[in-house]
Amino acid sequence: MSPLALAWQQFRFERRLFWRNPSAAFFNFALPLLFLVLIASAFGSDDDELDILLPGIAGMSVLATTFTALAFGLTVLREDGILKRIRGTPIPTWSYLTGLLASAVLNAFLQVVLIVLIGHLVYGVAWPVDPPLLLAFTVLGVACFASLGVAFSHAIPNEDAAPAYTNAVFLPLIFISGVFYSEDDLPAVLRAIADALPLKHLIDGLSQAIVGGGGDAGTAAAVVGAWALAGILLAVRFFRWE
Amino acid sequence: MSELAIEVSNLHKSYGSLEAVRGVSFDVRRGEVFGLLGPNGAGKTTTVEILEGYRRRSAGEVWVLGHDPEVRDRGQQQRVGIVLQSCGFYPRVTVREAVEHFAKAYPRARDPAGTIALVGLEEKAEARTKDLSGGQRRRLDLALALIGDPELVFLDEPTTGFDPAARRTAWGVVRRLKDLGKTVLLTTHYLDEAQALADRVAIVKDGRIVAEGPPDQLGHGRSRYRVAYFSNGRRVEHQTDDPTELLHRLTRDALARGERLDGLEVTRPTLEEVYLHLTADADSV
Repeated sequence: MSPLALAWQQFRFERRLFWRNPSAAFFNFALPLLFLVLIASAFGSDDDELDILLPGIAGMSVLATTFTALAFGLTVLREDGILKRIRGTPIPTWSYLTGLLASAVLNAFLQVVLIVLIGHLVYGVAWPVDPPLLLAFTVLGVACFASLGVAFSHAIPNEDAAPAYTNAVFLPLIFISGVFYSEDDLPAVLRAIADALPLKHLIDGLSQAIVGGGGDAGTAAAVVGAWALAGILLAVRFFRWE
Repeated sequence: MSELAIEVSNLHKSYGSLEAVRGVSFDVRRGEVFGLLGPNGAGKTTTVEILEGYRRRSAGEVWVLGHDPEVRDRGQQQRVGIVLQSCGFYPRVTVREAVEHFAKAYPRARDPAGTIALVGLEEKAEARTKDLSGGQRRRLDLALALIGDPELVFLDEPTTGFDPAARRTAWGVVRRLKDLGKTVLLTTHYLDEAQALADRVAIVKDGRIVAEGPPDQLGHGRSRYRVAYFSNGRRVEHQTDDPTELLHRLTRDALARGERLDGLEVTRPTLEEVYLHLTADADSV
């Protein structure tokens, strides 16, 4: 079987595993949608709020399906010795990682599509104003947070620590990056931190693409792209099989 | 094709100031079952993991099926099967799914169902791996190592944690591998396992090989024959390098006294005695 076919087999295997893991399915799919529905139901009459919420939840979903899922998942795979087992087989490294990452990437895309659909069909938000830009920012966001997730897994010492490590990043980040409310409402210190990190900029880009508002798309792309490069370098440099 | 499946010469491995392997040399012939025997921490696993390509050596030369294992090579990995000492499974897949998944990585994979049967897991084929017992997980390790129909199989303590029946099954599998012409490198700290399975054994202690040879010849020239009998209800024991002469003298004297040497026995040292003797010697060096 060619390396590409092996990557495809690994991807299919990862998909099967994903749906058998109820907590992964919950945190990747159910939780962001739950936030969307609850908050939109509370403030649904306010179009401005929906214009902030929809791109915000989309950005949060990219974060959850790539960064959190991979940082957590790779730590478990490494600590359980599954990476070491893979290393002892003829499955090429890139085939394995491609299959593994592609599964996370698919989750991110599915989730962004679901959010746009729910926003339009349930809450009457207009279709995205710039679909190519939406695609571009989703790709960029996925590259950024997937590589940062792989890199972050290297810093997590063991399985027991994984939920604490990932949530210590995930929860503060979504609250300061303008997922639920406009970032302008935050104190200057928190705003400065959010501006240095990639999630706020991903949400700016998604916001431009979905509702045609928010921060400058060029700046957003530059910051997310820079983090993506850093993430890829760190992910490769410190990769551990065991 | 070389007659040797594995060639190791003057292998060294250090972790910082700790020297785990200090100049190990041995060869494994094709079709041979070779046992690395030694206590925990002797350097067996480090040695095997260098051969498997998991670790880089500090010094020495290593050839596995004619390849340097430090150079990762897909063709090479397709010819080798590995049972690691501890290594996990995807918890939410069944035994059959795991075996079928890994089968895809090999060009000439064995039949998955037949391989599951070979290791005696057919009744658990539809069980998820997280529901397997320790011994069953080890058998799945073995099935995954064999699924690619490898020429060379590394078994790092393959029966640790097995109940006696499972050990017999595993031993049967190793013997069948040998019958099929496979080369097996086995590490174990069970003496009876080395004795039962290995054509040749190297005893490893503190990162060095302290003895090497077929298990039944290992004690030659090192440990002596033991001659024991009962005299007036008390056990008398002699050690000798020349049991013929000693027996002649003992029986001649006994006959002269009109005494029977009850329970007379001449025993060669067991591998266990050789092992304990050698590892004790290494301690005092």
